[in-house]
Amino acid sequence: MMKVVRGFYAVAYSVKLCKPDVICAYPITPQSEIVENIAQMYANGELGNCEYITAESEFGAASILVGASATGARTYTATCSQGLILMSEVLWNAAGMRLPIVMTIANRSLSAPLSIWNDHQDSMAIRDAGIIQMYVENNQEVHDMMPQAFKIAENHKVMLPMMVCMDGYKLTHAYEPVDLLSQEIVDEFLPPYDPPVKMTTKEPYTFGSYATPATYMEFRAAVYNAMERSRKVIEEVYKEWAEISGRNWGGHIVAENCEDADVCVMAMGSLVGLVREVVKELRGEGKKVGFIKIRTFRPFPAEEIAKAVDNAQKVVVFERSLSMGSDAPVTLDVKAAIHKKAIDVYSPVVGLGGRDVPHKLVKSTIEEVIEGKAKPGTYFKGLKDYEEVVV
Amino acid sequence: MTKFIKSNNVICRKIRGGILILLEVRFHGRGGQGVVTSADVLAVAAFKEGFYTLSFPTFGAEKRGTPVASFLRVSDKPVVLRDEIYEPDYVVILDPTVMESVNVVSGLKDGGFVVANYPREKELEEKLGVKTFTINATKLAIEYLGRPITNTVMVGAFAGITGLVKLETLKETITEWFSKKGEEIAKKNADLVEKAYREMEKRKEEVRELGLKLVER
Repeated sequence: MMKVVRGFYAVAYSVKLCKPDVICAYPITPQSEIVENIAQMYANGELGNCEYITAESEFGAASILVGASATGARTYTATCSQGLILMSEVLWNAAGMRLPIVMTIANRSLSAPLSIWNDHQDSMAIRDAGIIQMYVENNQEVHDMMPQAFKIAENHKVMLPMMVCMDGYKLTHAYEPVDLLSQEIVDEFLPPYDPPVKMTTKEPYTFGSYATPATYMEFRAAVYNAMERSRKVIEEVYKEWAEISGRNWGGHIVAENCEDADVCVMAMGSLVGLVREVVKELRGEGKKVGFIKIRTFRPFPAEEIAKAVDNAQKVVVFERSLSMGSDAPVTLDVKAAIHKKAIDVYSPVVGLGGRDVPHKLVKSTIEEVIEGKAKPGTYFKGLKDYEEVVV
Repeated sequence: MTKFIKSNNVICRKIRGGILILLEVRFHGRGGQGVVTSADVLAVAAFKEGFYTLSFPTFGAEKRGTPVASFLRVSDKPVVLRDEIYEPDYVVILDPTVMESVNVVSGLKDGGFVVANYPREKELEEKLGVKTFTINATKLAIEYLGRPITNTVMVGAFAGITGLVKLETLKETITEWFSKKGEEIAKKNADLVEKAYREMEKRKEEVRELGLKLVER
């Protein structure tokens, strides 16, 4: 049923259809209304036997879910920004313990200075934790992704936490038409969680115990291998979803008009719609430009990207985050993916802390690269004139 | 499903980047007045009439009284642009005091106009320097709701003068929207939206004569 709903509701409604056993969260802007909507559904008795636990902090919320997941429960939480950072110690544990906790991240910047607005610095900060990460472009995609996230994370070949990242405000606070899923379609697609190992009072296990140098490394290699195996599982799930729902969001990446493109432009998250349109516009003006939407960020689709940009001389990566002292995170991976090719990589950093990224800025940024007016590397776009005080 | 916005009785199809945007509206006011809700209610109502819609807000801090803007895009195609609206077809002002710190008419397109909450139309029009239609929303809101929350009036006024949505659709949407707060509040808001809609609908002829943008069916 097509309905105009807010981003929060698109997520909450989809999570409900996935029939989680335990939901535990702590509010943080701009995520709060996701769990408020879920709490409302819980209070209305719409969540069946699900336990909804209000935690005292994000650290507590993640810890409770680690325990719950270890008992074989399907688990969900949502957070962002400082909340995600506060969770991060627990989340590395969750990945190491191979607990398929599913999360929605309402991407928001990190302090300092304090900002409640959108960029990707929060999720990027824990990209190495062993958590699968994917980014959505609109509220239909996030609605569709929740059942897929459970199916991917809970696959026995994977058994890792998964984050579905949606841009705070730009998506969470947006009202737009979403085709709401039916319980039947989700039930048909997503079987109940079948944990390979679970803790009970009769059969207690230890999760995440002390590992000496004699055993630690194998556990970490296993997490690495699981993430590698997830590549195929994710693709299969994306494909199965397209068949069952009739909405095909593509694979790890979606490449458009890249075959003959001299310049390939990449974006991730809610910026995708605008960048795609600008690229189409430039195509219409006769420029040989292609577009790549990156959906899966961890595991990074290096092979797919290398293949897509095969004929390009230049690549533009619109970055929504930074890695201080190096190139921005997506760029680092893109560069690694194409290191054998003679391709220049341009990394305009845009929209930090919710700074709007207007149509004009996107267009002029790409045009500068096409016309040879930009230098490869990381640079800021949309900065105001300001004076940096160095004393 | 296709609907057009007429300007000077010429069908005005605006193409930007190969996509078709029919209408872009920017709302200005202060936190707590329902600026965000205004765009949201219209996004829901216009969708009911067959348009694709997108609304979203921007503001400084989550505090009452700070300047807030919200954005509404209405199209006959799914809306994919999520940048803020720099060149609106219409501007809706819920709180005139926000004009002191925000350039509310920035980028207003030719043929576009302002719908504002203000007691003296000529005075405001001179101040803004663009075609402005006013309604005393604060007074009406206090009269009907007992509170100076002006979003319902301004939604009704905007829809009435532009013809974006029909009155029945708007009343239905407003009733659903406020039903969470009880039947009485929903009824009061539905009456208020009708009052504002009908009052501003009367001025449609002026808009037509001036050759400004209208949503014709």
